[in-house]
Amino acid sequence: MNESSLSRQTTLRKKHWITDPKVVPYVLYPFISTIMMSFQRIDGPDNVEWIGTANYEKLWNRNFKQALATTFRYAFWDVVVLTIVPLIFAVILNSGSVKYPSFFKSVYFIPALTSTIVVGIVFRLAFGSLPTAPANRLLALFGLPPKDWLMFADTGNFVLILLTLWRWMGVNIIYYISGLQAIPTELYEAAKIDGASSVQQFFHISLPGIKPVLIYVITITVLGGFAMFTESVALWAQNNPGGVGRTIVGYMYMVGFYKNNMGMASAVGLVLLGLVLVVNLLQLIAMGFFKKED
Amino acid sequence: MKHSNRIDGKRQRTKSILATTLMFITAALLMIPFYFMFLSSLKPGTEMLRNGLSLTFDPGVSSFKNYEALNTYRDGIYWKWYKSSLIIMVLQTVAGLVLSSMVGYGLAMYRFKGRNAIFTLVLILMMVPFEILLLPLYRMLIKAHLVDTYFGVILPYLVPPFMIFFFRQYVLGLPREMLEAARIDGCTDYGVFFRIMVPNMIPAFGAMTILSCMNSWNNLLWPLIVLNTNEKFTIPIGMGTTITPYGNAFDVLMPGAVMAVVPIIIVYLFAQKTG
Repeated sequence: MNESSLSRQTTLRKKHWITDPKVVPYVLYPFISTIMMSFQRIDGPDNVEWIGTANYEKLWNRNFKQALATTFRYAFWDVVVLTIVPLIFAVILNSGSVKYPSFFKSVYFIPALTSTIVVGIVFRLAFGSLPTAPANRLLALFGLPPKDWLMFADTGNFVLILLTLWRWMGVNIIYYISGLQAIPTELYEAAKIDGASSVQQFFHISLPGIKPVLIYVITITVLGGFAMFTESVALWAQNNPGGVGRTIVGYMYMVGFYKNNMGMASAVGLVLLGLVLVVNLLQLIAMGFFKKED
Repeated sequence: MKHSNRIDGKRQRTKSILATTLMFITAALLMIPFYFMFLSSLKPGTEMLRNGLSLTFDPGVSSFKNYEALNTYRDGIYWKWYKSSLIIMVLQTVAGLVLSSMVGYGLAMYRFKGRNAIFTLVLILMMVPFEILLLPLYRMLIKAHLVDTYFGVILPYLVPPFMIFFFRQYVLGLPREMLEAARIDGCTDYGVFFRIMVPNMIPAFGAMTILSCMNSWNNLLWPLIVLNTNEKFTIPIGMGTTITPYGNAFDVLMPGAVMAVVPIIIVYLFAQKTG
């Protein structure tokens, strides 16, 4: 007992089964099971057949390619918009020129509390095909013809990004501000004395200072962007015939639970996992995450 | 010198007004969907079908009558969805807070064999999108006869890895001497945790309450897979069934959407005070 109080961390008094390394495989079971299922044909729980890579070969079809394109388009703009826009707001809110910054922070956070499905209904209506839909009225103000927003991949993607920005902006602002507040103010004062403009201060002090937070934000945005499902259901309902807005997860849901093809759905899931890991790995390398200095 | 100070002060003030105005306009824009939602909830569904959303308040057709439709629509099924959502949210949050805080605390405070392995596992699970585990988890649920039960919905979220991670980071910042001192006074380890550590972790519990309630209340995919009786649906699933490509039940959709925001805002306002 005495020696434990000398060490920086306390040791357990007695062994507990939960700390036994033998529990590890059980925790990983679902993950390993996905890998196994992707090489099987599953007709009911007791009727399982190993079919090699057939699931992966069948994957390269029109629906999957469409879902892939939808997901990539969304994930790309998601990362670009949700990294940059909240950063601008966080810098302004943190600069001291805004009155009542904590009030604005709270207000910006409120959309994150709402259900995507519920708010998606409002977005669906706002971007409806009728000429009287609010978005089309806005176009009419500038003399532009009405659009059928949700019928096309590119305008549909625009609405998706808008919905995501609306919901997640406040959350990312809070992450960024917490990072910005950790930067010592002396750095800015010294820069001011040297005559650095606010733009120079941003690129030479703020941006390097919040790099860890930036990496975190990009990582979770990549994850969220590739795994998006709810937003697309909110705007297009579960099984829209044309497949506009159907994402990889949406396709996985369709194959697994509508067509009851669990094996192929597992293959879709693993392709998704591979994509997320590769993109995030590239991103982390590009950001210099693995460099020793940091 | 004095002169330039005055110019500087003036520039500062202009900058402040500009920045505050920009923030204010953005805040107003972000509130527009709520405004739409509330305004539409007062209008009859036929009006919505004919004219869609509109930003103007029309006293002629507006009333709180639609809110009564929540009680009558398919025998008041909306409130059953509400109840399901509340039950799942409370159970999932309580379980998540209790279990994850203990795991996080254990990982941060104690030194034991396999600790790093367990923590690495937590990090890995955080990185794997939940979506790819859906199918095996669903199969496990079938075998355990938990399909279409609330417990089945809660099961994968009993000890969320991101919560373990958060609590671990938080506990690392607490002074370890408290544990040693209490042990010398004859306190058991559970006693130390509940009587000494938990009161010091209140802000962490507050933040995780908001996050967990948010996740649970708005979760769609997993409950959609697990639940298949109409009466047991949660609000996101239920509301999803009222929107179809062939027409929407606006009478219940819009007031339902407004009522669905209420509990989560209440949680936010209360939990925020702990921070």
